[in-house]
Amino acid sequence: MEEQLTSGCGATAEADIDEKLEKIEAAIEQFRSIKGALIPVLHEVQDVYGYLPEKILQIVSRALNLPMSEIYGVASFYHFFSLTPKGDNIIRVCMGTACYIKGAQALLDRFSTELKVPVQGTTEDNKFTLEATRCLGACGLAPVLTIGEKVHGRLVPNNVPKILKEY
Amino acid sequence: MKLLTDLDAIRTLAKGRLDNRRITGQTPESIQYRSVMVCGGTGCTSSDSNAIVDALNREIESLGIQNKAEVVRTGCFGLCELGPVVIVYPEGIFYSRVEVKDIPEIVEQHLLYGTPYEKRIYEQTKKDGELLNFEETDFYKKQVRIALRNCGTIDPEVIDEYIASDGYTALGKVIMTMTPGQVVDTVKRSGLRGRGGGGFNTGLKWEFAAKQEKTQKFIICNADEGDPGAFMDRSILEGNPHAVIEAMAIAGYAIGASQGFVYVRAEYPIAVQRLMKALDQARKYELLGDNVLGTGFKFDIDVRLGAGAFVCGEETALIHSIEGFRGMPTPKPPFPAVQGLWNEPTIINNVETLANIPQIILNGADWYASIGTEKSKGTKVFALGGKVVNTGLVEVPMGITLREVIFEIGGGIPNGKKFKAVQTGGPSGGCLTEEHLDCTIDFDTLTSLGSMMGSGGMIIMDEDTCMVDVARFYLDFTRDESCGKCTPCRIGTKRLLELLDKITEGKGTLADLDKMESLSLQIKNSSLCALGQTAPNPVLSTIKYFRDEYVAHITEQKCPAGVCKSLISYEIDAQLCKGCSLCARKCPTDAISGKPKEPYVIEKATCIKCGVCFDVCKFKAVMIV
Repeated sequence: MEEQLTSGCGATAEADIDEKLEKIEAAIEQFRSIKGALIPVLHEVQDVYGYLPEKILQIVSRALNLPMSEIYGVASFYHFFSLTPKGDNIIRVCMGTACYIKGAQALLDRFSTELKVPVQGTTEDNKFTLEATRCLGACGLAPVLTIGEKVHGRLVPNNVPKILKEY
Repeated sequence: MKLLTDLDAIRTLAKGRLDNRRITGQTPESIQYRSVMVCGGTGCTSSDSNAIVDALNREIESLGIQNKAEVVRTGCFGLCELGPVVIVYPEGIFYSRVEVKDIPEIVEQHLLYGTPYEKRIYEQTKKDGELLNFEETDFYKKQVRIALRNCGTIDPEVIDEYIASDGYTALGKVIMTMTPGQVVDTVKRSGLRGRGGGGFNTGLKWEFAAKQEKTQKFIICNADEGDPGAFMDRSILEGNPHAVIEAMAIAGYAIGASQGFVYVRAEYPIAVQRLMKALDQARKYELLGDNVLGTGFKFDIDVRLGAGAFVCGEETALIHSIEGFRGMPTPKPPFPAVQGLWNEPTIINNVETLANIPQIILNGADWYASIGTEKSKGTKVFALGGKVVNTGLVEVPMGITLREVIFEIGGGIPNGKKFKAVQTGGPSGGCLTEEHLDCTIDFDTLTSLGSMMGSGGMIIMDEDTCMVDVARFYLDFTRDESCGKCTPCRIGTKRLLELLDKITEGKGTLADLDKMESLSLQIKNSSLCALGQTAPNPVLSTIKYFRDEYVAHITEQKCPAGVCKSLISYEIDAQLCKGCSLCARKCPTDAISGKPKEPYVIEKATCIKCGVCFDVCKFKAVMIV
């Protein structure tokens, strides 16, 4: 498995991949003995890779002795897990009620127009992924969105071009 | 090993710090030491309160006045609208929307010379040239903080401060002086009902589990706060995590469980981090572990991260999620109190419910039962949001009216707009109107009106909100969140959403309204869990109270609030248009044309109705028709 993953990559990429795999293996070791280990392990995979790569899930499958079908069932059930890779910057527009009432839909539409991608889509240059997300709980800043760790709040659609220029 | 006497020693040491964090009424000149509390809740952290903490510390150090002031990052103060918020004790001066560039002046003027920094003082605290303390403002004066106790007065990451604020005294009291039966009885008599939405008597639930003769039992804290627009539980975990830990240990003692789990949303990084830290501290002090307070009582807590499934707020679904499966509900009975996590007796309590427990133990069941109404005791935390002046978190006694919360505490509707509706209970609740404003807030009144208490989201809507669109918004949410296990919920919510889509597109018929009502009742009556059983509530309540809006969409093909895109178009009033060309330049689809200084025109075929022209026009020449 490790060979498959590293083939064709340079030395740094290899080191990077090894480091990531080590983290996953450590997580598997940490959770293996507890009941219900799958979800904590999937959280770690998502944390390390940004999504759930199939090849890593195969490693998880073997280590936890769970069939891929069951892992797929769990991974596809929860919104937090993604089976496809994301862009470098993930724009999460909050679609909680407070934000919706204050115009989050117009904000989301504007991002979609500016970036020329549908919601849940990734731009061609892989720079942005646009997501409508569940309530972020920062209702005082409504309508609010996050790009990576940064929070942008109290927005109107006309702020969108300027925000995008920051990235 | 920490014994009760050790806790007392810690309490005495840290008490001095806490004593300074209250309003004393001292004259500014006589104040020797100030406590600068910076809100570290998610809202204020998002608007950079961490940088404010750093800047305060830096400035205090550079002026060398560390002996005159302390800086504390606390939990949520509640008034998120005005964040980042900084409160200075002992005067109780409230600074709002503070920026890093204000800090040098706040430190020099206020902390060094004792004169509050005028520019950022909350307007409501200024009265006739005097400064009120923040507790006298409309937002705070009617609030009663029990679950939100300590949020704003202690550093949630320092266990000693929690202990100094009577923390872990209740745990000591139950283990040393009470039998498990007495604990259950106290909680039962207090009348505390589940704050997650169910409203079931907490003590009674504990009693069911306590009666089970099993060696392995579990306590689960449900912190998978999924209601859009609700952030009560997150704020409690961020501002007072030890209260939840203490309450879980008390519950463990009461029912005979040695293991607890906190199931918390992965989307709440600050809450998770503070909770983890609090757990480590509690273990270090042996307030958790094999020998709690040296008494031989055994209890520990693990954290499980939720992964974004609203249905996991349902008890059986949450249990399956912790077990590592898809979070799908199973029929009750068997109830979790009898057969729950890994088939062992399990109690699931919501964060806010638990946060009340230590206070009930310390002050007694009668004290708690004296607050609130006959059948709804104590207080309730609400997350006020939407079209309201004071967006934020409030804790009010049960029995207060909607009007008091929305118009007195919440400050009413911004921009001179008219109140239209208030939505409580999130996707499971309903919309109430102006005629309900004087109704009291308690479990039974809200349910009888067709809404529900829910977990505490309270969204205010004004005349610009389309109620059909709101119902569609909630149905879109529940349809997406339906786990798919039972047909009425999986297919019913989808069909209901399609009917709502039809109406918002102007293609509905009056017969659709009847169809929606009968379908709603079928979904309610035949769904497996509370998600499906309550999903039609937003539809039913809006049809009941805002039928005329549905009718306008259907018979006139008009959206009275000007929200539903298919039913509106934008036009430029030639009389008002000054020909400034701003709208044409901002239009993302080049649908606006004209010559400078002459009226511009919107070409309807290219217009995507994004509303940018409406927003940017300085002459109010763009109209929604």
